[in-house]
Amino acid sequence: MDFTHTEERQLFKDSVARFIADTYTLDARNRAAETDLGFSAEKWAQFAELGAIGALFSEEDGGFGGAPFDVTVLFEELGRGLVNEPFLATAILGGGLIAELGAAEQKAVIEEVIAGSKQLAFAHGEPKSRYDASHVETTAKKSGDGYVLNGAKAVVLNGGAADLLVVSARSSGAAWDEDGLSLFLVSGDAPGVSRLSYSSIDGLHAAEIRLENVTVGADTLLGAEGKAWTAIEKVIARANLALASEAIGAMEVARDMTIEYLKTRKQFGVVIGKFQALQHRMATVLLEIEQARSSVINAAGRFDGSRVEREMAVSAAKTLAGKIGRLVAEEAIQMHGGIAMTWEYAVGHFAKRLVMIDHMFGDVDYHVARYVALSKEAA
Amino acid sequence: MDLSFSPQDLAFQAEVRAFLKAELSPQLADKVRHNKTLTKEDMVGWHATLNKRGWLAQDWPKQYGGADWTPVQQQIFDDEASAAGAPRIIPFGLKMLAPVLMKFGSEAQKAHYLPRILDGTDWWCQGYSEPGAGSDLASLKTRAVRDGDHYVINGQKTWTTLGQYADMIFCLVRTGTEGKPQEGISFILVDMKSPGITIRPIILLEGTHEVNEVFFDNVRVPAENLIGEENKGWTYAKYLLTHERTNIAGVGASKAALAEVKRIAKAETVRGVPLADDPYFAARVAQVEMELDALSTTNLRVLSSPDAAVSAGSISSMLKIKGTEIRQSINDLARRAIGPYAMPFVSEALEEGYNGEPVGPEYALGVAPDYFNNRKITIFGGSNEIQRGIISKMVMGL
Repeated sequence: MDFTHTEERQLFKDSVARFIADTYTLDARNRAAETDLGFSAEKWAQFAELGAIGALFSEEDGGFGGAPFDVTVLFEELGRGLVNEPFLATAILGGGLIAELGAAEQKAVIEEVIAGSKQLAFAHGEPKSRYDASHVETTAKKSGDGYVLNGAKAVVLNGGAADLLVVSARSSGAAWDEDGLSLFLVSGDAPGVSRLSYSSIDGLHAAEIRLENVTVGADTLLGAEGKAWTAIEKVIARANLALASEAIGAMEVARDMTIEYLKTRKQFGVVIGKFQALQHRMATVLLEIEQARSSVINAAGRFDGSRVEREMAVSAAKTLAGKIGRLVAEEAIQMHGGIAMTWEYAVGHFAKRLVMIDHMFGDVDYHVARYVALSKEAA
Repeated sequence: MDLSFSPQDLAFQAEVRAFLKAELSPQLADKVRHNKTLTKEDMVGWHATLNKRGWLAQDWPKQYGGADWTPVQQQIFDDEASAAGAPRIIPFGLKMLAPVLMKFGSEAQKAHYLPRILDGTDWWCQGYSEPGAGSDLASLKTRAVRDGDHYVINGQKTWTTLGQYADMIFCLVRTGTEGKPQEGISFILVDMKSPGITIRPIILLEGTHEVNEVFFDNVRVPAENLIGEENKGWTYAKYLLTHERTNIAGVGASKAALAEVKRIAKAETVRGVPLADDPYFAARVAQVEMELDALSTTNLRVLSSPDAAVSAGSISSMLKIKGTEIRQSINDLARRAIGPYAMPFVSEALEEGYNGEPVGPEYALGVAPDYFNNRKITIFGGSNEIQRGIISKMVMGL
């Protein structure tokens, strides 16, 4: 049992942390969020140069990491900087699915992802799916050598900027079946693809995507027809591990800002940190964040175990990230008071991200129910 | 990062399991699991069993006859022993007094007392709290006045856990009134058979005799029983609080208690369906399990990193707060799980040798008493409010 990072990983963590602390500002981030692209192309290129994207891929796929703790280390730092460059959409989701299922020629795109020259998105969730990852109504019908895709995809992260979409579609079965799901690599500007891109309340970008008689060749099929579920579930687990880690970084910043504020803001002639009503709540915030961190360590440490072990630990981590993220966000705003209600003050932006993380790939209620179902499988 | 046990730890785990299988009687395990009353013989006997194996003083150095286990080994033992239904180790001599003796006691004190803790000659109890000194412990008033080569003690201690069995009591007493209240406190060892000591039971709200009041009326104590220097007792007591980190979170006991909740929830039925399958109940169990799983890792993180970023005292505070809150939510789940059978109060059925007519399922008898008894855990050892105050000051500098 060892709770320290390898020297190599620690160096990587430090270099990302330094890069973000030295060059990444909230103002620039928020300005980039208002552009059509939704993030800074320049920063993305710099992250690529730093090796931050490559850290999410294994050596055999051309990266130099890809282990669960590489994901947690990187995303924690991204959370600290409130980074909105599309690591999740492009590297973890899109890149992750291609790494899991892609044939050699399909995997060539990973090199471009790592270099920062290709944007991906996972067009999967649909208007009625909520968090149900096996709910897909979009259809894939065989046609000649290829397929015709029809359907609608909802809140697709980075969907507008993506050069290449990984589209899920149903080859067979009913709406919620795990069996019968297929994945296709579809160019973002393929005929029949229409995209409505918008910004999210926490400064990311997503898109509603319609697929109308989109014709794709057989070479766009990722993995075997109808057999994509196992990879989808695993990649979403990685996404949740990343999000729970990102939440820890954001929580710690919100916590530190709040402690600092309690030490400087005066009311009734004293710094408000002297008030026990606030001290005790802050102590709760502090210890709950340690709990969230432990649950992420559990999830990363068990990620390569059995499916049930992995998924239970991931659901636990995402549950705690959701619950504690909300606690930290709400307490940070409340203890700051009015100043935290302003756009100008940073803590509100961290609070928004923390609360929205709960809306990505399953909220607290969803993951508790899922954990219960998985417990029965484990018993 | 590596969450797996080393081969040595796995071997140790196997050794612990084999030991428990061979040495822990099913009758005793049943008592513990169903929260029945343990006799003094049960507790003393389990200590003796552990001592015979050299496993009683788990964190003591070898030179004093300890096992000198690593924190991970201690956690493994705690998990295994709790799961098997072993009685808890009575901490007063082993975990509370002994570290203070080793650090601040004289050679003569160490040579005399430590072996007697191990072999069970002395059962120790703790004389800290007083009627007027609870969370504000430093306001204690029990006086010790030097008279030749003795101290004469007058005053009253309270909440003395298992003092009814004790041979000795370690006390914080006031020897000075100058300066801050903390500065006039001394740490002294007193024979419970000394003339002038009276002990009176306090019956707790669930009806058990676990704690006592201890009165001191001109009790003469040899001056050689003083630990360290006069008026430095507060430092010694505080050392203990920051030193004692293992097991403060009570992870093993909570895991065992949660496993019992799950067993109950499988046996209880709602319209013929196990309570365990009730989505609302199952969701509550799941959330506590997630918290406990995280706490177990928080605990190991703390134990395995002596140079943790936050100071030792506040880490103990975090573990204490979270550990007790989780334990109480498990008590709450158990109480709800048994439904109306939380109500019967047949305390004699929890005693050894009871052969009256059973009321309700056996697993239900001790549940409500344990729920009420465990309200204490967020109060004692520095209430959770005191702990939050420590975190505010030590970590956040508020």
